[in-house]
Amino acid sequence: MDIDRVSEIVNGELLFAPDIPNRYTSAFASDLMSDVLRYYMENTLLITGLCTLQAIRTAEISNISCVIFARGKRVSNEMIQLAKENNIAVIESGLTVFDISGKLYQNGLKPILG
Amino acid sequence: MKIEYYIEGGNFSTAGSASSEVKKTLKQFNISPLLLRKVAVALYEAEMNVVAHAYRGIMSVDIQPFCIWVVVEDEGPGIEDIGKAMEEGFSTATEEVRQMGFGAGMGLPNIKKNSDEMTLTSTPGVGTRLELSYFVKLNN
Repeated sequence: MDIDRVSEIVNGELLFAPDIPNRYTSAFASDLMSDVLRYYMENTLLITGLCTLQAIRTAEISNISCVIFARGKRVSNEMIQLAKENNIAVIESGLTVFDISGKLYQNGLKPILG
Repeated sequence: MKIEYYIEGGNFSTAGSASSEVKKTLKQFNISPLLLRKVAVALYEAEMNVVAHAYRGIMSVDIQPFCIWVVVEDEGPGIEDIGKAMEEGFSTATEEVRQMGFGAGMGLPNIKKNSDEMTLTSTPGVGTRLELSYFVKLNN
């Protein structure tokens, strides 16, 4: 699934997309960054309500190339800047984490298995 | 090749930048993505621990042909009971740390899981020293 389709499914606003397109096969939802760091992530996007710089930094460390911020959280300019430096796509969505997860699952994204 | 980074305790806006720099440096050595991720995750958790608990710290990374040695040393309150600190779920983190998505008592177990060897020593009231080793074959 490409980033435009992801954004469309979650009724999101795509704030930044890297020049090099990624295709996503799985998703992980968490507000606890230590949980994100426990799993091996490739072609995976992160759904979170944690709207801080650490969410972007955790994505970078975990090789996650897209973060969806749920529940209408507003992404700061500092976060966008860090995302740009690390080629991480950023989407804002007014939907809840549960709703976003369900919609993406219905459309074929898989969970990360521990 | 040896690199050192200063870590400022309590500064959450720069937390993770040292680990990020190390990850970018290691990428140039063309090591396996799995190993790269292991090192990056362990360093990031260690860096967050310094930011969350200590006054200041130094992260030293020594990249050798067959191994990577890491030392993260801080000045701070130290750890009273290392055995307890290693238990998953045990945490003394503040509310501010939890709001950053950390402080659930998973950092040290995550570091152990993401290292080949780990040695943690601490003197309460003085500071903490974390040593990590990775045995690798670098491709260049």
